[in-house]
Amino acid sequence: MAFGPYFLLATLEGLVTAAVLSLIALGLSLVFGVMRVVNVAHGEFYMLGAVLAWWVASLFGGHPAIGFMVALVLSPLVVAAIAFVAERLVLSRLKYEPEATIVATIGLLYIIQQLALTFYGPEARPVEAPFHYRMQLPWFGYSAYKLAVIGFSIIMMLATWFVLTRTKIGLIMRATQFDRETAQAFGIPVGRVYAGVFALGAGLAAVAAVLIVPIQQAHYLMGHDPLLLSFIVVIIGGLGSLRGTVLAAVLIGLSDGIISMFFSPTLAKMLATLAVAMILVFRPQGLFGAAAR
Amino acid sequence: MTRLTPSTKSIALHVGVVLLLLALNFLLPEYHRGVFARVLVLAVFAMGYNLAFGYTGLLSLGHAMFFAAGLYGAGLTIYHLEWSVWPAFGAGLAAGVVVALAVGFLALRTTGVAFMIVTLMFAQVFYLMTLYFTTYTRGEEGLVLPQETRVLGFPGGVLDLSDPSTRYLVALSLFAIVLAAILFLVRAPYGRSLIAIRENEERMRMLGYDVFANKLMAVVLSGLFCAASGAAYAVLFGYVGSGFAAIQYSILPLLWVLVGGAATTLGPLIGTLFMFYVIDTASSYTTAHLMVVGLVLIGVILFFPKGIIGTVRERWLPWLP
Repeated sequence: MAFGPYFLLATLEGLVTAAVLSLIALGLSLVFGVMRVVNVAHGEFYMLGAVLAWWVASLFGGHPAIGFMVALVLSPLVVAAIAFVAERLVLSRLKYEPEATIVATIGLLYIIQQLALTFYGPEARPVEAPFHYRMQLPWFGYSAYKLAVIGFSIIMMLATWFVLTRTKIGLIMRATQFDRETAQAFGIPVGRVYAGVFALGAGLAAVAAVLIVPIQQAHYLMGHDPLLLSFIVVIIGGLGSLRGTVLAAVLIGLSDGIISMFFSPTLAKMLATLAVAMILVFRPQGLFGAAAR
Repeated sequence: MTRLTPSTKSIALHVGVVLLLLALNFLLPEYHRGVFARVLVLAVFAMGYNLAFGYTGLLSLGHAMFFAAGLYGAGLTIYHLEWSVWPAFGAGLAAGVVVALAVGFLALRTTGVAFMIVTLMFAQVFYLMTLYFTTYTRGEEGLVLPQETRVLGFPGGVLDLSDPSTRYLVALSLFAIVLAAILFLVRAPYGRSLIAIRENEERMRMLGYDVFANKLMAVVLSGLFCAASGAAYAVLFGYVGSGFAAIQYSILPLLWVLVGGAATTLGPLIGTLFMFYVIDTASSYTTAHLMVVGLVLIGVILFFPKGIIGTVRERWLPWLP
């Protein structure tokens, strides 16, 4: 077969990865940007979203779309609630000290992973896609659901952007990010804002997870790769920069799709990780970030 | 009796600990002697980590690569090149120093959160490399070193490292050497300058210290000790696999040091021992040992940020090094 069809397929797959990745990375970036907390458990919130989606969908009979839609609403809410509680119980008591919070979120990672393994089990389970339409492209048919994932991610991203820049809630969040103490002096309940942002970040990861389970299966170890990839995205995009995060997600998603179509995926991951480490060493503000942070 | 100086007291304490561990070789039942041998080797790993994290304040999330460099440096030379144990152990140490030098040189350009992520990523690259070169390393499945290669040659004869008693004594010797080295280091002016860098890097720079060179030296020494632990693990337990390069083995020394007490000489040993027995006890009741690791991590960071020995030092024995 010619180069064309492979390339188109790799690009489409890359775009799906990019769409999901930018939602996950957006959550990580928000938490880091506003709270200055590196949330190592972020990948586990994603995994939890997928596992809950499977559980919710399996409760509903009938058309698969019903279960999926309920899961798309319910699973992120539950994950956000869990994140909220974790923030109040643990992170807030650590006074958001960077090193202590990393250790605590590592602890959280192990706890969530073990809970998933104990109650969900080591099997990988799929969720049925809400519809099975195939779109005819020049060389092959392509799942319309995957294209819908890209579309839905764009809507979610626009919504987040709107909330951040055009609403009172967004203003409060940005004020807290800009100067925590001054915000507090102006009567902004910083603690509640932090808890809300942490919950929102986890919720975004869960949305991404629900979108991906009809394509990949839900598994208790599925959080590892997205965590690393979204770290990479957030760093390349510049920590805390929204536009950079999305740009970097598209860049990483596309190159990951294309490189792993033509080369070994292990080699692709190795080179990407090394490249990002080097970026962080020589250009700590990221490729698209502003200078000082 | 005259009052002992803190220096005499601390040396007496450390000699006492090593003697106690020596006595345990003859007192412990077989199973627990095996556990202790493993703990002693891994405590060296934790002590190496402690030098960077506890004393110098460099929170690395990538120390698995130094441990694995030692492990593979010794394991691969024995398995593929049929080297004997002494040169293979040397190769492990050399691999650790080279990796530490390269990683330290690059990663130390960053600080704080960026340093953690950079070390995490270098370690991930190392882990992926062990998977990528699977023809030599056999990846996750790993290599088992045959028993006849695991003998330590001496002018007067050979020691079979797979024998439980020999294994314990060799592990204890390594532990004692590294403990002595760390004790010497942290009491020497160099160790004091590392602690000072941890407390206030800017002031040290202003006082004319070369902060970068001091930190690089700390990373290299830390890498050397971790590699020694890895190389010893390979020859004593005869197994080399990618699992030891994975992120979990970067988290574990952090956990052990935090539980035992960061920036204490004996904390790493106590932390490693404590966590081994906590997991051992927990796994006889439940298979959910990751849960225990997670809960202990959160519990320690919330309620005992100074760890076991750190709390003892704060409350009762201020002279503990």
